[in-house]
Amino acid sequence: MARSVTTQRKTLNTVIAWGIGLLIFFPILWTILTSFKTEAQAIADPPVWFFFDWTLENYRVVQERSNYSRFLWNSVIIAGGSTLLGMMVAIPAAWSMAFVPSTQTKNILLWMLSTKMLPAVGVLYPIYLIFIQLGLLDSRIGLTLVLMLINLPIMVWMLYTYFKEIPGEILEAARMDGAGLRQEILYVLTPMAIPGIASTMLLNIILAWNEAFWTLNLTAARAAPLTAFIASYSSPEGLFYAKLSAASTMAIAPILIIGWFSQKQLVRGLTFGAVK
Amino acid sequence: MGRIVLDKVTKSFGDVTVIPPLDLTIEDGEFTVFVGPSGCGKSTLLRLIAGLEDVSSGAILIDGQDATSIPPAKRGLAMVFQSYALYPHMTVRKNIAFPLRMAGMDKAEQNRRVEQAADVLNLTAYLDRRPGQLSGGQRQRVAIGRAIVREPSAFLFDEPLSNLDAALRVGMRLEISEMHNRLQTTMIYVTHDQVEAMTMADKIVVLHAGHIEQVGSPLDLYRAPKNLFVAGFIGSPKMNLIEGDEARKHDAHTIGIRPEHLSVSSSEGTWSGVVGVAEHLGSDTFFHVHDTGLAETITVRVDGEISFKHGDRIYLTPRNDVMHRFDKAGDRLP
Repeated sequence: MARSVTTQRKTLNTVIAWGIGLLIFFPILWTILTSFKTEAQAIADPPVWFFFDWTLENYRVVQERSNYSRFLWNSVIIAGGSTLLGMMVAIPAAWSMAFVPSTQTKNILLWMLSTKMLPAVGVLYPIYLIFIQLGLLDSRIGLTLVLMLINLPIMVWMLYTYFKEIPGEILEAARMDGAGLRQEILYVLTPMAIPGIASTMLLNIILAWNEAFWTLNLTAARAAPLTAFIASYSSPEGLFYAKLSAASTMAIAPILIIGWFSQKQLVRGLTFGAVK
Repeated sequence: MGRIVLDKVTKSFGDVTVIPPLDLTIEDGEFTVFVGPSGCGKSTLLRLIAGLEDVSSGAILIDGQDATSIPPAKRGLAMVFQSYALYPHMTVRKNIAFPLRMAGMDKAEQNRRVEQAADVLNLTAYLDRRPGQLSGGQRQRVAIGRAIVREPSAFLFDEPLSNLDAALRVGMRLEISEMHNRLQTTMIYVTHDQVEAMTMADKIVVLHAGHIEQVGSPLDLYRAPKNLFVAGFIGSPKMNLIEGDEARKHDAHTIGIRPEHLSVSSSEGTWSGVVGVAEHLGSDTFFHVHDTGLAETITVRVDGEISFKHGDRIYLTPRNDVMHRFDKAGDRLP
């Protein structure tokens, strides 16, 4: 009866997997559902699930009260800009660590990662002061720079593990064929590492898009991205759950759609090296 | 032109010295083979010449010019790697054209040269395929094509045939030899296979632990190995090395006799033993003889088919005129 046991196990695994999946997805689902309720239904006890008067009122109000497209545009520039800028630094950095490692390479990698262990708030004060000095407060350039620097360790690490998989002999062949460093990276390494570079960029865009601590603390109005847009609906004096949910849904929709279409690439990127 | 001179070149990785001071001259147009067991430093030496590794001290001169600190791209050498190292994202045409493109050659000339090389290497039908769609032998040809289009001053081969099956290996060996005859360009070829070394080389450099044990033509090395290491390494099957009383009879610490320099008989001879394994190749036969009292096994090679079976008594007589004698340090005695 070995086979039936396997089938049972499989079913059980599937049920558990779906259970965990739904558990993780639940907050997002609940946010989306709430965004279509009235404020009263949003806080109803017991909660209403699917049978309520579906309404687009919240979206209309949110759109009226604040300019969604301006926040969206800021998010796009900050997330996209920090990613592109980061790649320009991370690709050469990962190249040198993967292909011309020194005795300290491992330590540098670990040290870079250790910066991610520091609570962000620990450096808020100095960075805030630096931003005032440089006049970067509430500017898209400032935020782009900060988010780039914050995500750089992850970018370098991901690219490093990717580049490690590329046989060094191919790069040496390029060198023998007369390619300089720039040509070697541009014509040989980058095209071979496209999947890795794509998933690194994707992950970084998502991280930058959702980053709330710095975007909230270093912006006011001009450079505020979608995270600030959401935050503006969570006011302590009022109960605007439905509108907050509508704003959240609008904020996460673009990244959710990108993530959905590129999930295959993303999963491959995150598990690369671990599976092979 | 492609005269390469290594002047007191050394290489260390940290505290480990891989190549102690080494001098070597490779003449223009010569086919030189670096041969030795794995870990002897032959690949490192090739990579030093290529510029893929920096020398720790000493100088490398290419055509009289000090190339020690010139980057690999500017040394004018082409290299064929063991793994072929083709660019997987480019077609065969682009792979072969890559060095020309890097040199900034105009498109028409690039195409002309690529097609010419493809023609010579029988790759014309595959020009628009990617390396992943080719067999091992075809990939090797692409790697060679990529090397020849740029007309380098010397070719460097790093064990280029070791990933091919036996039949292809023999074929490619011939092709590379023919290519050398046609181009008359300096070639440096690294291998651990002494058969490749013997069949292809004008000059063999036998390396052992970073040292050059002997430099010479294949037949020089075969006829007069300078020491026990070369004696044991060159020739297939291996030379029989005998110590003890039998060696003292010849005023030596060790004597060496090649398997093909022993004659066999079922009735009489200088030495006698029992046949262990008999390997019948048709053209010749190898006997591994035990219980001779000389060495654990004595290998004999005889022409054609001679019927000795496992367990038969066999008598061996060495040819004294081709016997090699070595002193206690392992060096050849005159």
